[in-house]
Amino acid sequence: MNERTPDVVICPGGPLLLRGEHLIADDDGTEHLTTRPVSAVCRCGKSATKPWCDGTHKVIPEKNRP
Amino acid sequence: MPQTGAVLPKPRGALSEALVAALVAGHESGPIDVAPGSREDAALSLWMLHELCYRGYVDVDDRLEFDPELVRLRRRLEDDLERRLRERWPGRPAEAAERGFAEALFAMVEADDSPSLARFVQREATADQAIELLQCRSLYHLKESDPVALTLPRLPVAARAALAELQYDEYGGGRPERLHAHLFAEGLAALGLESQEGGYVDQAPLEVLEQNNAMSLFGLNRRLRGASVGHLAAFEATSSLPCRKMAQGLDRLGFPAEIKAYYDEHVEADAVHEQLAARMICEPLIEAEPETEDDVWFGAWTCLDLEARIARHLLERWGAA
Repeated sequence: MNERTPDVVICPGGPLLLRGEHLIADDDGTEHLTTRPVSAVCRCGKSATKPWCDGTHKVIPEKNRP
Repeated sequence: MPQTGAVLPKPRGALSEALVAALVAGHESGPIDVAPGSREDAALSLWMLHELCYRGYVDVDDRLEFDPELVRLRRRLEDDLERRLRERWPGRPAEAAERGFAEALFAMVEADDSPSLARFVQREATADQAIELLQCRSLYHLKESDPVALTLPRLPVAARAALAELQYDEYGGGRPERLHAHLFAEGLAALGLESQEGGYVDQAPLEVLEQNNAMSLFGLNRRLRGASVGHLAAFEATSSLPCRKMAQGLDRLGFPAEIKAYYDEHVEADAVHEQLAARMICEPLIEAEPETEDDVWFGAWTCLDLEARIARHLLERWGAA
């Protein structure tokens, strides 16, 4: 376990996990600062709390999931 | 004698009555060889014994946590609960082997068609019903994440690091005002409800007591570390979307912003935690200690089962099943 643990993890069919503090620009260019040790960034485009994941990917058809 | 902690609950039968007497009597208990009068009596007794491991009771000697006779009783009640939970469990899902834990867990949660209290609150619940649900939830939400915190030092390296990361968020990331159990207490207080831990134990039905007892059973017993993190993974995976519905329902009922804020926080937090729990905690635990795999699944399934039992009980009582 000497190799480094990734700080960015893409979850199959779900969000992108981001460890640490980051400033994220959304589709409109609006900036959002992370507030948690690990944040989940929406990849399906359907979240109501973008740029953060709210679990909505689980209720869209499987073929439309990232 | 501690001046803080909860007030002892009202007994619900011969066993909890004997237990309350032993706790009040003081520092060394004699054997309690009383059979529980009902499952509710047994569940309340176990809940009371577990509470000694968390915050204790006003005017009850803290040393009773490890009193040999009380530990003997706790073991007897825990063994009985565990046996009944295991009897209900249908076993590891067939697709677990080929899809891996995380994908198979999300599939199991997706396939679960148990009734949803969150959907009921979102659309139909009256204010009284919503308050009754919040009172039931308060048993756990006021000690949110505490049972699985007991599992932390029992995990192998990768799973331990990931659980610590998840819990850092549960416990507010260093900011007490963001600690999840505290957010719930603020929500209850804004509604004029009791926010002291265990404040509503006397109203809690059997199903709610057993949900709490199962989490403590898994957290307090190192041997059940797999079940503890499995339960966590299923709990987190059934949180984001229902918390959105709860927030919408509480908004519909005109409840204060503080209680809605608790649920809003969980929409976002648990979208992170469900990924961490399944992929960074359970999968590495199963990889490092393959003998825990069955228990991880047992814990995950039991989480869904306990919640379904609570939902059926409350919805039936409200004539909404």
